[in-house]
Amino acid sequence: MSAFRFEPIDLPPACDELRREVRAFIAEELQAGRWVPNSDFLVHRSADFSRRLGARGWIGMTWPKRYGGHERSMLERYVVTEELLAAGAPVGAHWIADRQSAPLILRYGSEAQRQELLPGIARGEIYFCIGMSEPDSGSDLASIRTRAVPVAGGWELSGTKVWTSYAHESHFAITLVRTAPAEGDRHRGLSQVILDLHAPGVTIRPIINLAGDHDFNEIVLDRVFVPAERLVGQEGEGWRQVTSELAFERSGPERFLSAHQPTVELIRHAGPAAAPQVTEAVGRLAAELWTLRQMSLSIAGMLQAGEMPNLEAALVKDLGNAFERAIPETVRLLAPGRRRADAERLETVLAEAVLHAPSWTLRGGTREILRGIIARGLGLR
Amino acid sequence: MADTLVYDSAMRLFGDLATPKTLAAAEEGAWPAELWDAVDSAGYADVLAEGVGGMADAAAILRAAGHQAAPIPLAETMLAHFLCAAAGIEPPPGPMTVAPVEPDDRIMPIGDTLAGRAGYVPWGRDAAAVALITAEGMAIAPRARASFEPAHNLAGEPRDHLASAAADMPPQPLPDGIDQRLVLRLGALMRAAQMAGAMEAALDLSTRYANDRVQFGRPIGKFQAIQQQLALLAEEAAAASVAAESAARAVAEARPSSAFAAAAAKIRAGIAAGKVAEIAHQVHGAIGFTHEHSLHRLTRRLWSWRDEFGSESFWSLELGGRLLAAGADALWPTVTER
Repeated sequence: MSAFRFEPIDLPPACDELRREVRAFIAEELQAGRWVPNSDFLVHRSADFSRRLGARGWIGMTWPKRYGGHERSMLERYVVTEELLAAGAPVGAHWIADRQSAPLILRYGSEAQRQELLPGIARGEIYFCIGMSEPDSGSDLASIRTRAVPVAGGWELSGTKVWTSYAHESHFAITLVRTAPAEGDRHRGLSQVILDLHAPGVTIRPIINLAGDHDFNEIVLDRVFVPAERLVGQEGEGWRQVTSELAFERSGPERFLSAHQPTVELIRHAGPAAAPQVTEAVGRLAAELWTLRQMSLSIAGMLQAGEMPNLEAALVKDLGNAFERAIPETVRLLAPGRRRADAERLETVLAEAVLHAPSWTLRGGTREILRGIIARGLGLR
Repeated sequence: MADTLVYDSAMRLFGDLATPKTLAAAEEGAWPAELWDAVDSAGYADVLAEGVGGMADAAAILRAAGHQAAPIPLAETMLAHFLCAAAGIEPPPGPMTVAPVEPDDRIMPIGDTLAGRAGYVPWGRDAAAVALITAEGMAIAPRARASFEPAHNLAGEPRDHLASAAADMPPQPLPDGIDQRLVLRLGALMRAAQMAGAMEAALDLSTRYANDRVQFGRPIGKFQAIQQQLALLAEEAAAASVAAESAARAVAEARPSSAFAAAAAKIRAGIAAGKVAEIAHQVHGAIGFTHEHSLHRLTRRLWSWRDEFGSESFWSLELGGRLLAAGADALWPTVTER
């Protein structure tokens, strides 16, 4: 009896037509020179692109229409998102809101919050970042110290959040805060609030990463007033809710495509007359990629069926991240014609991949934490 | 990995009859008659008799067979019956095997006999007949008219080298597309399913061992080093299972992706097999390295099966060559093909 279940899934025929539409859209965008493919979905963002995507109805795809959604299936959403990621489209601006912030608000938020925020997210106009990590709380999320002190009409937040990707270009952050003492159980007394990043008392400071990008930020909160209406769900239910949010975060197809562009460029450079070791590496990469996609598709199918395959999602994320990290290490040694005058695109995507690779096994749950989750699922903990 | 009725009943059959005693006896050369008879009665040999449409069931049965390390030419008999049906011939009773099974081997009819090379024929010595694939079609050599040089794979399963063979009839033509290439590909997919089953069994054994074995005052499964390794093992086993099952469905439904999928499954399962065997042995410590302990019945099969019907290297060259010829922009459409 297996601890894991990957139900096989077949995409319905309607998805083929949708996939063609998305590919045609991407082709048209590339033809018009609006962006250059970049695999690292968080690094690559464009407010204009998000708006164009929103106009096509490809953000908020599964949400109720009354909130600006399109009531399409999880599988259809899966097709759109995997095509965008494989194409290296600049999805970063709306990605987090679409993937987890809005689903969280849909599941736990108030009607007023849904009415206020979801339509703008679906239009690709409102952007969210993630208010979880703190300088002293990374993998140990329950140890966060940002406190929300009750005041008339709401709370005052004080504390520091860190690693908040693109806080400087976002409107809101769903922020995990401590609203009550732990009283012996660290998971108690936590809550989630929708923090307006432009509220008084919010200071966002850039943290430049080793690739020279401004992606990360530190958000310092100095008695920031958050109205009671901005509480998500129940006070004190923050731990259960954030666990749910993390499941959304880990459930998408972006587990194994961060180094897709280097793979594509390897094939382009190798050509039909490649040396056997290059040919073999390409075949092996393709087999691993195909398998990861099948596993990821299976998870989409289970989500569509209303299940919460958290264990399977952790497993595929870890496997996918390892695959991603291995690609630049392979491509750098096997791609023929490296560092020549005609290798500019190859060298660019390889450089980006090598520099960003460490983050792939850190974000959304480190490798070590994910393997611990899997071990628990195996009955070892 | 869906819990199908086919898989569950196959697990019961193999669980009941592929016992440690039967496996040990088989390794000493005893033919597991009771196991074969049960398999025969269950109709497993005929799941492909109406064509590749039965491949999903075949893969489920073979995954169970792999899980229980069943020492019989079940995949091979399924393939032989598939070929017989395609050629419009009634298969002879009893276990069968196929040849050639190695990518570079070729068999040619010369007069009444068949010449060429066919190495590592599974259970050649035990099969009632060998289905031989030539460019002219399929010939069936009864056991009495085939001579083998006995050999084994690393798991002690017979892998006999065909020295000579003669058939009672000339080769029967096969329909277009049913050829040595296809047999290799179907055989590879079947080994992928067997390996997936063996890996699932290795995961079960290893987690149970980690929970039972106490050192330093606690089960070794409480140590992070062991947990992280077992998580990796689970990942590889899951990847192999999904790959084999997805490919079996694609083949069963004759989808455009089926050739790619079968090759990808064999590659992925082969990669996983080595990693799973390594971690399983590491977790089991010295006891897992003994003959008395059951782990080797799985790991020696993983080490053997990954080399059969084309290794990861063979299939990677095949897939890689096709992708490189098709060009960089064909990668994603190929991976997402139905």
